[in-house]
Amino acid sequence: MTERDVMETDVLIVGGGPAGLACAIRLKEKDPDLGVIVLEKAAEIGSHSLSGAVLQADALDELVPDWRDNPPAVCVPATRDEFSLMTRKKRIRMLTPPQMANHGNVIISLGSLCQKLAERAEGLGVDVFPGFSGAETLHSDDGSVIGVRAGDMGVEKNGEPGPNFAAGVDIHAGTTVLAEGCRGSLSKQLIARFELDKDSCPQTYALGFKELWQLPEGRSEPGLVQHTVGWPLDNSIYGGSFTYHLDNDRVYIGFVVALDYEDPDFSPFEAFQQFKNHPANKALLEGGEIVSSGARTLIEGGYQSLPKLEMPGALLIGDAAGLLNVPKIKGIHMALRAGMLAADHVAQHKSSEGYDAAWRSSPSARELHKVRNIRPGFHRGLWMGMANAALETITFGKLPWTLKNRADWSALQKRAEYATPERHWGERSLPPRDRLASVYFANNAHDENQPVHLRVKDTTVCATTCAEEYGNPCTRFCPAGVYEMVDDGEDGKRLQINAANCVHCKACDIKDPYEIITWVPPEGGSGPNYQTL
Amino acid sequence: MKILVGVKRVIDYNVRVQLNRDSTGVVTDGVKMSVNPFDEIAIEESLRLREQGVATEVIAVGIGGSESQQQLRTALAMGADRAILVETDRPVQSLEAARIFKQLVEKEEPALVMLGKQAIDNDASQTGQMLAALLDRPQATFTSNLTIADGKGTAVREVDAGLETIEFDLPAVVTVDLRLNEPRFVKMPDIMKAKRKPLDVTPLADLGIETPPELEVVAYEPPAERQAGVMVDSVEALVEALKAKGVVQ
Repeated sequence: MTERDVMETDVLIVGGGPAGLACAIRLKEKDPDLGVIVLEKAAEIGSHSLSGAVLQADALDELVPDWRDNPPAVCVPATRDEFSLMTRKKRIRMLTPPQMANHGNVIISLGSLCQKLAERAEGLGVDVFPGFSGAETLHSDDGSVIGVRAGDMGVEKNGEPGPNFAAGVDIHAGTTVLAEGCRGSLSKQLIARFELDKDSCPQTYALGFKELWQLPEGRSEPGLVQHTVGWPLDNSIYGGSFTYHLDNDRVYIGFVVALDYEDPDFSPFEAFQQFKNHPANKALLEGGEIVSSGARTLIEGGYQSLPKLEMPGALLIGDAAGLLNVPKIKGIHMALRAGMLAADHVAQHKSSEGYDAAWRSSPSARELHKVRNIRPGFHRGLWMGMANAALETITFGKLPWTLKNRADWSALQKRAEYATPERHWGERSLPPRDRLASVYFANNAHDENQPVHLRVKDTTVCATTCAEEYGNPCTRFCPAGVYEMVDDGEDGKRLQINAANCVHCKACDIKDPYEIITWVPPEGGSGPNYQTL
Repeated sequence: MKILVGVKRVIDYNVRVQLNRDSTGVVTDGVKMSVNPFDEIAIEESLRLREQGVATEVIAVGIGGSESQQQLRTALAMGADRAILVETDRPVQSLEAARIFKQLVEKEEPALVMLGKQAIDNDASQTGQMLAALLDRPQATFTSNLTIADGKGTAVREVDAGLETIEFDLPAVVTVDLRLNEPRFVKMPDIMKAKRKPLDVTPLADLGIETPPELEVVAYEPPAERQAGVMVDSVEALVEALKAKGVVQ
């Protein structure tokens, strides 16, 4: 057996995003004597964080009242909202839905905000460990969570320790806080182990893309917040775009596609690129340069898909719990609030017990409950969804029903049973040319000699059943070109996993129709190095 | 025997370096910074010499702004005993860096100064050589194998023609190449310990080194964009294409 160091702490937080860092900061403020450790799989805090992001600042004001004195690298007050319907040739302005009004909000880089939060946390005495992933949870004899084992470093491709092998430490904690973000690998295991979701709907997700562009002078309108629905998606796919105008001739442009789409031949990456090449966007971007790009899944199930947020010894916060407010398309304020609430609870009770009830009686729960029916209303298409959203909005979510969610992986239709609608996608000229060119802007780094961190339970399915039924959708939904079907040298095909391209979005873990792909964290410090995303 | 090892903060090698808007430098805002990879190899080799019982103390030295403390903490977490930051907010060129190291050498009297063969930010590859000259001490540059015994060093150097083995007397300056070793992973408990190790900060002004910058940066330019390739179907066609470009006669 491998000899492992053991570290003891009062609270262990897995994930150095807004939820985890808010929790760490608040814990130390409440009780400076508490030992608090934050684990983060990215090489640096913020380098795996990706969000739009228009921040509703109330929660941050509460956590760090003077944050504006030392603002994140991107911090532009939202000045004007535009909501539009796209057709193939035109952009048609519509009334901005009230949830999407951003007056008073701030466009930020989430990665950069997290760096600021981490500095503050470290200043308060929190031990922040970027470059270390959580490999597995540790349990006592009665099954309760007692901590996390950090990932081993220097394991060779065959799984054997290499010359520089360093065994991951066992971190024992009074309370373990899971703040891994959307589809956290440990959170997923714990939700299953403790059946935390047995009374809730299946969780649902979306896949988001984002690029930062440096434009020719004078094209951006700092503070302009643009959202669209419609083309290049057809009526059956839920999703849309965001374009946030920053200072110094920069824009964030991105696209989000719900992962409950049915078309096995649909490519979310291509949809984003098509959107960028729409005449209205091309006029904005042409002649500019991509600075950085990335992709990440979002958690969209909302109130009815929330798992129980506590289990013996551990609790869930932020997107690991599923706290995104979909109609607002915002989750950072919810993550910060959940982090603070969890900290208050743990500082007072020294236990996870009762946190679920505390959260469910908090304003955040009311916020999510109010909008619970808006996202599922789009199951019947864009127009029914919009009508339902309007109804839910004017009735303040008080209608006496709750619409159900279905699991994304089960939504995919078989090729033989699905007719792809005409989407009028055309030639495109703006970079990146393809997904590999896009990954280049994510500054991705994985040691090639480590074991493949995308575990496919049964690869024989790929060339046989899956090729026939769905035409290998993993080769299309992955935003980084990780999955490829290549010649096997015997007139057949086999699955090749280009794990080093992975940007840790987790779409494969969610959307694969056979549920045989499991995403596990690679060696700590691997993955994208997002710059101001 | 003491070892002084240089630790420079540079833009991480995975980052796509970009020019700033007015082309007066490169973008460092929000960019991942790391220990210069060659310096990391120098730290690793110093630690191995200490673990072999050859060295007794490893002192990490950085020059730069207060943020360079991060990289020195990394060196301490790897195992260095203590660190010195010579603090300055202005850029320091190779000769000035060598003069700073010379002062520290005179104060600390190490038997070995270990430096990366170059830093990956400006790739100057000068500081080690200049330092050896200023100190009038032997130097072993581009070292890919190092043995220290009985007051002497043996270094295998990577030179244009292949490998060259030299012997030198201590005290000396060694600059290290990529193949010397593979640096260890930093362990979490060691990061905790590193927070309590001594890190001494000395303002550059206090050293009394007055070196006006010898080099003036005139302009920064991105490398020329790569042209699209052409596929040729035979050797003859390749030769024709090269001739057409004037590459071969």
